[in-house]
Amino acid sequence: MGGRDALREGAVRIPSGCAIAGIMDRSGQRHDGSAILKSIALMHDRSNGLGGGFAAYGIYPEYKDLYAFHIMYESKEARTQTEAYLDTYFMSEKQERIPTENVRSIKNPPDIWRYFLVPHPVRLNMSELDEAEYTMQHVFHINGHIPGAFVASSGKDMGAFKGVGYPEDIGEFYRIGDYKAWAWTAHGRFPTNTPGWWGGAHPFTLLNWSIVHNGEISSYDANRRYVEQFGYECELQTDTEVITYLFDLLSRRHGFSQEMAAHIMTANAWDEIDRMDPERARFETALRIAYSSALVNGPFSVILGSDEGLLALNDRLKLRALMAAEKGSMVYLASEQAAIEIVCPDAENVRAIDGGVPFVVQLDEVARRKSTASAENVFAKDKPHPHEVGVLPNRRKGA
Amino acid sequence: MKRIYAIEAWCVDCRRCEVACKTFHSKSRDTVRAFKVEYPVPQSRIRVEGGRQLSLAVNCRHCAQPKCVEGCISGAMRKDPRTGVVTSDPQKCVGCRTCVSLCPFGAVHVEEAAGKGVAYKCDLCGDGKGQPGEPSCVAACPNRALVYVESEGC
Amino acid sequence: MLDYMLPRYKVLRDADACVQCGVCERSCSNEVHRVDGELGRVVADHARCVNCQRCVVMCPTQALAIANWPQVGNGSNNWTLDYLQDIAKQAQTGAVLLASMGNPQPYPVYWDHLLLNASQVTNPSIDPLREPMETRVFLGGRPDALKVNERERAVLTDMPPQIKLDVPLMFSAMSFGSISLNAQKALAMAARELGTYFNTGEGGLHRDLEAYADHAIVQVASGRFGVDPHYLNAGAAVEIKIGQGAKPGIGGHLPGEKIDGEVSRTRMIPQGTDAISPAPHHDIYSIEDLRQLVFSLKEATRYAKPVAVKIAAVHNVAAIASGMVRAGADIVVLDGFRGGTGAAPKRIRDNVGIPVELALAAVDQRLRDEGIRSTVSLVAAGSIRSSADVVRAIALGADAVYCASAPLVALGCHQCQDCSSGKCNWGIATQRPELTKRLNPEIAAERVVNLVRGWNHEIQEMMGGMGINAVDSLRGNRLMLRGVGLNEKELEILGVKYAGE
Repeated sequence: MGGRDALREGAVRIPSGCAIAGIMDRSGQRHDGSAILKSIALMHDRSNGLGGGFAAYGIYPEYKDLYAFHIMYESKEARTQTEAYLDTYFMSEKQERIPTENVRSIKNPPDIWRYFLVPHPVRLNMSELDEAEYTMQHVFHINGHIPGAFVASSGKDMGAFKGVGYPEDIGEFYRIGDYKAWAWTAHGRFPTNTPGWWGGAHPFTLLNWSIVHNGEISSYDANRRYVEQFGYECELQTDTEVITYLFDLLSRRHGFSQEMAAHIMTANAWDEIDRMDPERARFETALRIAYSSALVNGPFSVILGSDEGLLALNDRLKLRALMAAEKGSMVYLASEQAAIEIVCPDAENVRAIDGGVPFVVQLDEVARRKSTASAENVFAKDKPHPHEVGVLPNRRKGA
Repeated sequence: MKRIYAIEAWCVDCRRCEVACKTFHSKSRDTVRAFKVEYPVPQSRIRVEGGRQLSLAVNCRHCAQPKCVEGCISGAMRKDPRTGVVTSDPQKCVGCRTCVSLCPFGAVHVEEAAGKGVAYKCDLCGDGKGQPGEPSCVAACPNRALVYVESEGC
Repeated sequence: MLDYMLPRYKVLRDADACVQCGVCERSCSNEVHRVDGELGRVVADHARCVNCQRCVVMCPTQALAIANWPQVGNGSNNWTLDYLQDIAKQAQTGAVLLASMGNPQPYPVYWDHLLLNASQVTNPSIDPLREPMETRVFLGGRPDALKVNERERAVLTDMPPQIKLDVPLMFSAMSFGSISLNAQKALAMAARELGTYFNTGEGGLHRDLEAYADHAIVQVASGRFGVDPHYLNAGAAVEIKIGQGAKPGIGGHLPGEKIDGEVSRTRMIPQGTDAISPAPHHDIYSIEDLRQLVFSLKEATRYAKPVAVKIAAVHNVAAIASGMVRAGADIVVLDGFRGGTGAAPKRIRDNVGIPVELALAAVDQRLRDEGIRSTVSLVAAGSIRSSADVVRAIALGADAVYCASAPLVALGCHQCQDCSSGKCNWGIATQRPELTKRLNPEIAAERVVNLVRGWNHEIQEMMGGMGINAVDSLRGNRLMLRGVGLNEKELEILGVKYAGE
């Protein structure tokens, strides 16, 4: 653990190297966390004990329509203040301390709670925001304005389990073997400095998004200053955070598919575009012009988790390692091939993910739905608000 | 063969070509020595005619059928059959000025040297300053008013 | 009346090297040098020398150098020789002091206080020889979100018109009249070769340059010289000039003697009359008027050309720029106080306006705070001296830069600041035929192309060092900059951290 004076994420920008891994069952069947734990543990040397974590999808089926907030508290006051805030803006179905295990190497863990919430219907309606936007703004508020409180995850039927330590120890601490999920991602961190803070560990999450990332993006400040125009607050100064906001902006707000969002972030090089037929070139050129500042540059490999599945992406020059493999309905992703083979020795289609080409793994059910859906993006602001969360009567049709 | 062409539109009457030519055809190939100490005084083979508004650097066309060679009474004027370059040999020249009167371009002039008149004209010097093979006057021109280009006949 | 003025410069001639060839005499339009046969040497009228350095460059024996006139002042830091001379000149003439080029006063040059980053260990630098290193930039307005059909890979949003730059710099406005046709032609040829744009300034588009019109930005300024529908539609983009960094708040004045036949035809004004651009546009007395002009020009060009609006960087620049974007400008051009000019009142050039670095940082941040930065392009101008300045400007937030002084230097300009005399020995800021022919556009264009190619290689090297392979990712990436020798307020406005942070 860090010295007393260690700066937190947010106060300083800390470059990190990393190990990342993801496991998903496309059929939607849920598996416990033992495999992902084994996979990330193999890559022990890619992290240095200063950060590890997991994201899991499908873990709270009994509360799947409610926002599951995982919140870390460093003090009693932080919890009191946060719970008062949550009481104002949300209605809580259930709240409890997240069960943890004593692990010798994990020191000074924060007090970690989870809440199953719906936005307060009247306040939601008064905010004139859609539910996701409303929830996001309040997450930003807690993270930015309540000292000692950090929302580690805020999606539905998903959660992040992260902290300072080696990922295998963090997994044991959180007892991730006790949770069953259709998708798991994991992260082991090699920060260059000592961030003495659990909130700064990865995965980074926002609403249903979770991101594990290996690399240091050189476009960070260009991307940050772009998304900050649209109300995203880059509190942590991490690449993971800004990449998450880019996905949220492009995919949730602008309505692009995750694949298209990833394509925008790793756009074709101009010399490739110049060789395309004119129609296609016009399309790619328009994307590059309109989303010029969303281009992500420098070495990175990321695994994006969402309610649709996983998406793996490498920078367009392929400066970071990321492998993929399949077996039946299972898909495996990891920084190193060995981390796949240890959990699935007979994996098929083992391959490296190409630079700038998003590798998309969708739930079968999502893939089916998407194949017939319109291919035109709809901006979130143009969608009707599906506010009615059970308290107010439904909006009259045509009102 | 490659010849020097003068382009009046770009000639700015600076006469650096004259200085460069004189320098190249001096013993020392040094401008200060060429102008101040050498004797016989080195001669420039190129001459800028005109003034500020309109000027042109006049020099030899190295004609296919050179009149100066035809008319030379001493065998000093000679066209190299291989390179096509027309030169004047100061040893053989007797200073009769036939070449001066025959040249349609006014590109030959006779100067007193070592007690007799000697005809001086462009020898397409090359290998001074500038590109390989580029005559000194072309290399010295600040405005590409002299160009050294391939041309057929003349 | 005895002229109390002192010479500014002294011609130093190395008698040992001078061969009296007369090249200097024939090169000087100010008639400084004279070969004196009687004295057997070359003499100089020092008071006429403007230090353009043409003779120094042309002298075949390197016999010449120009020095300051060795007169000492009285030692006062207040009553400097410069001020004394200015007063003497005005006492003599009773006129406004005229000067040229950009503000030469010792104000801070912020570019020189911003250092660039490079990758070490935690991420790799990128080798521009091995990987694509993109410097292409598009300028124009943008939608804040794009509507597409992903399956058909088709754009459904109407994209506003754009201009494509293969290098992130353009040549700023210099009119035919203020510079020679040969100079403008050289820039036009270079712009085409480089895949960028030159700007006609407020001088119309000469018919010889119509062939380069697709690489021209046509300017509309307060005098409206040379403006007609053909002109507007000929260019790749239209630029409304509200102000110029060298002389914010005032218009231009091209004296009648410079309005020869060609200038008269191109500007569409009678020969020999003064061409006076009013200080304001007399149809723009407020921001809503600007909107009307922007949309008049868009109508006139059938919404097929981006419209740029150029202002001088002044005190309230961020709010002004934000208003310009809301008035419909597709491209905002900021011209700092070190930007050049063919002629400006000296007191204005030296005292009005602010540095472009601060203006650019403030505008970029304000447009982001307003959430409109991504809908517009931002161009910085006003003394971009090297590729490193280009990189700094882009990292502060510019999409591209305009430069004029640097390409003029490539053409031969030695920044003597005597453009307004019309006797430019380099054939640039003059209309005298015996001088304009000194600038062979073919050579001049090659030199400008060389310069910009060299810069672009350097930009690629610097980007690669930062681990960036597209200029898109450099734009507004202020973490790539660190300040040295700046105070907290300066760092705050520039939005950069101090070196070591």
